Amino acid sequence: MTAAADPGKNALSQSLHWIAVCAAEDIEVEDVRRFDHAGATYALYRTPTGYYASAGYCTHEQAHLADGLVLGEIIECPRHQGRFHIPSGKAGSAPVCLDLKTYPVRLDRGMVYIGLDAG
Amino acid sequence: MLIDERPGSYRLAGAAVEATQLTSAAIDATIEGRWHLCAIDRGTLKRLMKRSDAPGLRNFGLWLALLIASGTAGALAWGSWWALPAFFVYGTLYCSSDARWHDCAHGTPFRSRWLNEGFYHLASFMALREAYLWRWSHSRHHTHTMIPGRDPEIQVPRPANLPRIALDFLHLIDGPSELRKIALHALGIVTADARDLVPMRDRGKMIWSSRAYLAVIGAVAAWSWAIGSLLPMMYVLLPRFYGAWHHQLCSLTQHAGLAENVRDHRLNTRTVEMSAVHRFLYLNMNYHLEHHMFPMVPFHALAKLHEAIKDQLPRSCTGFIDAYREIIPVLIRQARDPGYFLCRELPPGSAGA
Repeated sequence: MTAAADPGKNALSQSLHWIAVCAAEDIEVEDVRRFDHAGATYALYRTPTGYYASAGYCTHEQAHLADGLVLGEIIECPRHQGRFHIPSGKAGSAPVCLDLKTYPVRLDRGMVYIGLDAG
Repeated sequence: MLIDERPGSYRLAGAAVEATQLTSAAIDATIEGRWHLCAIDRGTLKRLMKRSDAPGLRNFGLWLALLIASGTAGALAWGSWWALPAFFVYGTLYCSSDARWHDCAHGTPFRSRWLNEGFYHLASFMALREAYLWRWSHSRHHTHTMIPGRDPEIQVPRPANLPRIALDFLHLIDGPSELRKIALHALGIVTADARDLVPMRDRGKMIWSSRAYLAVIGAVAAWSWAIGSLLPMMYVLLPRFYGAWHHQLCSLTQHAGLAENVRDHRLNTRTVEMSAVHRFLYLNMNYHLEHHMFPMVPFHALAKLHEAIKDQLPRSCTGFIDAYREIIPVLIRQARDPGYFLCRELPPGSAGA
């Protein structure tokens, strides 16, 4: 998702912790940046259609996707060029087989927030 | 030059009973953090990684045009001595496919996916490297470069087999080996190495792709037989052998004689300066160290990448003569002393593996 205008809009949103990642303009269109939080690593993307977030490691061999290349709505892993569809996390071309976990994102007052499970 | 501990085996882990100890899940889990990366500004790297169709279309377009021109010259000269230089050029160009399947496997020559995939399958067929098997094989090669038992693409296993290296200048060792794999896979018999490399989801594709390769080769062979002339085979299959010299000359420089079992491409991979003609045929893979360290950078930006990080790299070889002056003595020594290898000297202040 690109931006939920109201974080308290629904039950799903209320069950999430919204963590500020960066200012919206800190990330260029067709780019990705790494975000580490509570011992886990995430990737925050800005595509031509909006902001998205996913697990930070490629499901193939644990490379940081933030070192990869964003092509439209595709993130390409820096190590073996496996591809994922950013909005859905769906694994595309070999050598990736497993889908990527995605996370909701919202924009609020110029900041980008990632929604992580409250538990 | 150093003597190192001998590796256990070059056979792949899934197929071997005596595979090296370097196959544990722990290595897989930590591989990302253990490979040395040269420092480069993210913005610079992003600019270098940028994809575009234009450079690829220019290079691949010229390659196809030259193939057609030399192939036409060969047909016109067939039966005369002029056919020899024509097919020499055609075969050399044809085997440039061995560099092209590789780059297209990385998905970097073109921004458009269909162009990468189209040329990938064409070049894979020409290079006799079945597309699905080799995509997975090459992925493993990048993860475990020069780690015996894990890297399926170590060109010179130790002890070095010098006659084998020489015969591969006509693809006489690897060629029949690849044809055998294609034939077995076409029959539905999955080789042990393929079981180790290719996940189940792609095995059916690998089998059908192998059948397609055999069908094309068989059709051309039947055509040759029907007309009682070798000419059709001079365009398909045979050039992979008679034109193999150039790619072998280039690709042998990639890793030969260098360290095994180190997670530092500066120590196990070599960059060699080459002329524009060689770089055209080899798709700039002479910048092989840079390619291994940053495989997202397309062929046309590798020279710029080299400039950006060269202060952190061992010296590049200045050409084929310089490269083979260091490779040949090491390989001769490795033929009888498998622990021997060339230790590249890192720049002062640069951390080793």
